[in-house]
Amino acid sequence: MTAMRRFLANGWLSAYAFLYVVFLYLPVIFLPIFSVNTAATPKFPLSGFTLKWYEDLPRTPALLDAAWNSLVVGVSAAILSTVLGILAARSITRYRYPGRRAINGLIMAPLVLPEIIVAISLLLVILQLGLSLSLFTVVLGHVLVCIPYSMTVLTAGFEGFDRSLEEASADLGESAFGTFRRVTLPMVAPAIISSLLVCFTISLDEFLIAFFLTGTEATLPIYIWGQLRFASKLPGVLALGTLLLAASFLLMTIAEILRRRAAKRTQNEGGLYA
Amino acid sequence: MPERPRTERLQTERPMIEIKSVTRSYGAFKALDDASLTIKEGEFFSLLGPSGCGKTTLLRMIAGFDNPTSGSISVDGQSMEGIPANRRPTNMVFQSYAIFPHLNVEQNVAYGLKRLKLERAEEKRRVEEALAQVSLTGLGKRLATELSGGQRQRVALARALVMRPKVLLLDEPLSALDKKLREQMQVELRRLQQAVGITFVLVTHDQYEALAMSDRIAVMFGGRIAQIASPKEIYQRPVNRQVADFLGGMNFVKAEIVEENGASLVVDTLGFGRIKTDKPKAFIRNGGAATLGIRPERLRVLWDNATAKFEVAGKVVERHYFGEITHLIVEIPGLEKPLSVTETNDFGADDIPVGTSIRLAYDPEALVAMAD
Repeated sequence: MTAMRRFLANGWLSAYAFLYVVFLYLPVIFLPIFSVNTAATPKFPLSGFTLKWYEDLPRTPALLDAAWNSLVVGVSAAILSTVLGILAARSITRYRYPGRRAINGLIMAPLVLPEIIVAISLLLVILQLGLSLSLFTVVLGHVLVCIPYSMTVLTAGFEGFDRSLEEASADLGESAFGTFRRVTLPMVAPAIISSLLVCFTISLDEFLIAFFLTGTEATLPIYIWGQLRFASKLPGVLALGTLLLAASFLLMTIAEILRRRAAKRTQNEGGLYA
Repeated sequence: MPERPRTERLQTERPMIEIKSVTRSYGAFKALDDASLTIKEGEFFSLLGPSGCGKTTLLRMIAGFDNPTSGSISVDGQSMEGIPANRRPTNMVFQSYAIFPHLNVEQNVAYGLKRLKLERAEEKRRVEEALAQVSLTGLGKRLATELSGGQRQRVALARALVMRPKVLLLDEPLSALDKKLREQMQVELRRLQQAVGITFVLVTHDQYEALAMSDRIAVMFGGRIAQIASPKEIYQRPVNRQVADFLGGMNFVKAEIVEENGASLVVDTLGFGRIKTDKPKAFIRNGGAATLGIRPERLRVLWDNATAKFEVAGKVVERHYFGEITHLIVEIPGLEKPLSVTETNDFGADDIPVGTSIRLAYDPEALVAMAD
């Protein structure tokens, strides 16, 4: 009887979990399906298989410009936010000082602030400062939204970094720089690479801030937004979207693998301080 | 090490570490307060005390991870002032072992050698030798994460020994191991120290560890050194109640001083009568009262009609069984606290019923005077 009840409960739970995943991923699955459909309008039944939408992509100069812009912004934002993230994460995990938690909270806050408010505020500040809108201002905006993610990845990597490892290195005769090169860097490298990948991915997909802060130069999401006005361009957008989706998924997977490896590596097995 | 034959007596009278009036303050708090001691070449020396007594602070100052607020530390006749950790002739085995997780066993052991720019064959020879010393031959290619706690401990040892330091510092090296492995490692560490002849300084809060391994022990409380002596003397003739208590069970008996001269004390006690005892070196007379102590195992149960020159009578009020020994709590008329007695079980101490009247034999030599 109880076994029956348990089976029912499990059955319901499984069904619920299945529906949950379908709800999350069904729309995403439509993207690649319609991107290889011969018809220009996305609807069932599918009319035939083609890769022509993909073949058209490299022949669109505006798209290539946007892709290049996104690459430049993404790489710059990733490097800047990771460098700033390293400094902040190191300070928060390594030192104890008043206001440490408050500072950590404030750095993480952009994660939950409404993005449109952040975008508008940034626009106001930049205009007040007399800066002209360009890819540079987009990079600034993206750094702001990337830092919380960068911090999450890096503090996980730095936390539990046994300080006695650096002491052991010094004890064995190594200089401060040598210790950084031979111990600290190899230990935290996976976390740093992971942070770079996460930030790049976020910048690549980010629309709102880029939309507000860019001048005439479009990034990929802005380009896609522009293309949506023309029904005939939709299959091309779907193809581009599929590629972006695949790239994001790949980068995030690599980042997560690296983050876990970093966390495992810095985990200290027998560390008790007297 | 092949350079030194084992038969040679390695411990000399030459001072290896000299600590002179070292104080380490953190604001108003003194982690170490005016500590002075000399550790001899080839000696196995232990710093023993509860956590927060300053023993780790002292060890870290010898290693160069911390600096004295005042006072001086010298190693092998050379002042350590201003010399950073990476240029001191000391190596350390960390409490957490601090094995580099991104390197394998061999690379961990060779870490410090890399800076010496040895020939490859020589470096390999020294790594192999160090691994052999700690019985890890053949595990060179293993990753640190694949090792057990005991093996990590050995890697940490090999990594430090391979540098051939003048002094090896050990920060609670056995505290993370289980009891059986810990006892095995105590024997091995002592054997290793005898074989390599390097001065070992061990920090521990485990009195048995210190007693089992050391040539001499410094017992520390609250940033001060309470007593420096051989394990036997520390255990048998503690200078004060605190040291006596920390080293194991001790029965304290109140006494009245009858006579005091240069080397001895004559005291009157309620349970044990008049006792003549050696005067402790740092004995400070506090009015007419003194404290005597006797270890529980120095009191023996007298069976049947057996008699002893010195005996005391009482009644068993508690009995605790510990396998090879039994703990008896015996009330003695006149003594404010009952005596605790440890008796081996070969004669049936584990069968003495609570409430039995018994007599205990003791040696007046085992009753030692100490400061409060």
